[in-house]
Amino acid sequence: MKTIYLDNNATTQVDPAVFEAMKPYFTELYGNPSSMHRFGGQVGIKLKEARASVANLLGCAPEEIIFTSCGSESDNTAIRSALAARPERRHIITTAVEHPAILSLCKFLEKRDGYEVTYLGTDDRGRLDLEEYKAAIRPDTAIVSIMWANNETGNIHPIEEMAKIAKEHDVFFHTDAVQAVGKVDIDLSKVPVDMLSLSGHKLHGPKGVGALFVRKRLPFRPYLIGGHQERSRRAGTENTTGIIALGKACELAREHMKEENTEVKRLRDKLETGLLKAIPDTKLNGDPEHRLPNTTNISFGYVEGEAILLMIDQMGIAASSGSACTSGSLEPSHVLRAMGVPFTFAHGSIRFSLSRFNTEEEIDFVIEILPPIIKNLRKLSPFSADKKAPACTKSFSE
Amino acid sequence: MWEYTDKVKDHFLNPRNVGTLEDADGVGEVGSLACGDALTLYIKVDDEGKISDAKFQTFGCASAIASSSALTEMLIGKTVEEAEKVSNKDIAEYLGGLPREKMHCSVMGQEALEQAIKNMRGEAPSKMEHSHEGELICECFGVFDEEILHAIKENDLKTVEDVTNFTKAGGGCGKCIPDLERLLAEAHGEGVCPTPSSKPAFPAEGMTNIQRMHLIESIIDNDVRPKLQADGGNIELVDIDRDAVVVRFLGMCSGCPSSQATLKNLVETALREKVDPALTVREG
Ligand code: FES
Repeated sequence: MKTIYLDNNATTQVDPAVFEAMKPYFTELYGNPSSMHRFGGQVGIKLKEARASVANLLGCAPEEIIFTSCGSESDNTAIRSALAARPERRHIITTAVEHPAILSLCKFLEKRDGYEVTYLGTDDRGRLDLEEYKAAIRPDTAIVSIMWANNETGNIHPIEEMAKIAKEHDVFFHTDAVQAVGKVDIDLSKVPVDMLSLSGHKLHGPKGVGALFVRKRLPFRPYLIGGHQERSRRAGTENTTGIIALGKACELAREHMKEENTEVKRLRDKLETGLLKAIPDTKLNGDPEHRLPNTTNISFGYVEGEAILLMIDQMGIAASSGSACTSGSLEPSHVLRAMGVPFTFAHGSIRFSLSRFNTEEEIDFVIEILPPIIKNLRKLSPFSADKKAPACTKSFSE
Repeated sequence: MWEYTDKVKDHFLNPRNVGTLEDADGVGEVGSLACGDALTLYIKVDDEGKISDAKFQTFGCASAIASSSALTEMLIGKTVEEAEKVSNKDIAEYLGGLPREKMHCSVMGQEALEQAIKNMRGEAPSKMEHSHEGELICECFGVFDEEILHAIKENDLKTVEDVTNFTKAGGGCGKCIPDLERLLAEAHGEGVCPTPSSKPAFPAEGMTNIQRMHLIESIIDNDVRPKLQADGGNIELVDIDRDAVVVRFLGMCSGCPSSQATLKNLVETALREKVDPALTVREG
């Protein structure tokens, strides 16, 4: 059975051209870029090219890029570096809808090291409030960390404006742009963020490689200490194959950016409209306007997410569920909770995230196959819009 | 993705006995939309006291649907007395096992069965109402102490994680975790009906090293830290070496001229009183 992969915010297919680019560096060109000999040196040259390619995609200088192992490492490095650079500042601002790489770290810093953290809330569409943000900034705020785009709803946050405000208050600004890079135009020569995280496997590169942009002259404290790689800003022998692949992935992302915002978006919109029209009691989660072109998060009322996922899995469709039953925790996703999505809908939410490798036929198939699946699951369910009101309406939020 | 047995998959994809029974003799309804799973079970009992038909409607994940389907299959043909003995373990076994994190689905089946039999006997107030007893422990999932104690005993649960897997309590905000710890201790007979001679002279008496360390940690986290934080300070536990507890002050407390007094009067006093009078506390 062919897989229809609609879970690209979880991870993406490595572009065949990216795979080709990295292959020789496993077998023939395996030199250590730090070595003095030419065999290693030629790999060093490729790393330089890769750095330039990442910088090109972001509109920054190659020296402002540090290669890391993943988005989470980039996030951790950024926040810990900012705190170490200004140890007298004990306050962090972030949002309630961040990725666990930020949220868990902030919770840890709160509990272990006594930092204070403000978690900005959202409205029912997942949008942040600029006034709430401004009011949260304090003289002892060390860093603001706000994701460029949300992984579950695709919402794009007003990063440029928020970064400017942070600048005005002399506060470091970091953005986790793992979901945004390669999907939306990012020009760091215009947007005054201090640090930005990205991850290779979210833009058709391999897993195990990421990057952190650190603006020139920003005080920086390394997280990994050891050798002198990355100009002493991140120790450890470089993941050369991964970095070369990331460089290629960024080059391709630039080439495909327009397609991402036209063709991928068209297919996403077709899927979204098709499902919302064909299936009653459905609801779109997130901001319909300011959103990643590839993401749609739809709630199917009165059915549970995992059941939907497993049913569509039988048909070869891979997507993600916002209900927590799939993830080991039992609550609906913290993003949907923060948005106040009612229980009727929160448990039955599915995220479809597309890529340039999806086709029209695939989308047509999903639109055809999903309505009867939801209908069958609803037949099984003791709840429905006309049968009875939700048994319990209490809120999960503390 | 969860690893489900073929039988779970089969019952999920081809659920048996779906629907309602208009002339049911007993109806059991448990769970809610808020909890993410709910089950309504209908049973019909013939003149000989045998369950002649059973049907269900479930809102929930694959294991919830499979557990409900399995339950109806297990019930049909049994006498009510036999049915009463069906436990959540039997449901899980019938399915060839469930992931541990999904055991609460089988517990939901057993509860619905209990409710249906009560309803049949006219014991339950009405078929649509829960008859929760005791104290509400987990607000996130609406779980009461009775249910938790029952699950602990029935399945020999040992840890909070077990309790969450079987009842969902503790799987949300985590506020109820101290209560779950208390119920676990209670169910295992710890601290229940102490005879005067068995009462420890101080709280940590008879504890293992690990238990004693946990107690010290929790006193620092829950009693000491909030007080220091109120004044912009903080404390971190550095080491525990027999009776010596080493801590570090953070924030406003570090370098504070009265930190020695805080160390003795607040930290040491609390630990001596709530853990062990032999403890001494120093900065390190
Ligand atoms: S009250 Fe139990 S998890 Fe929130």
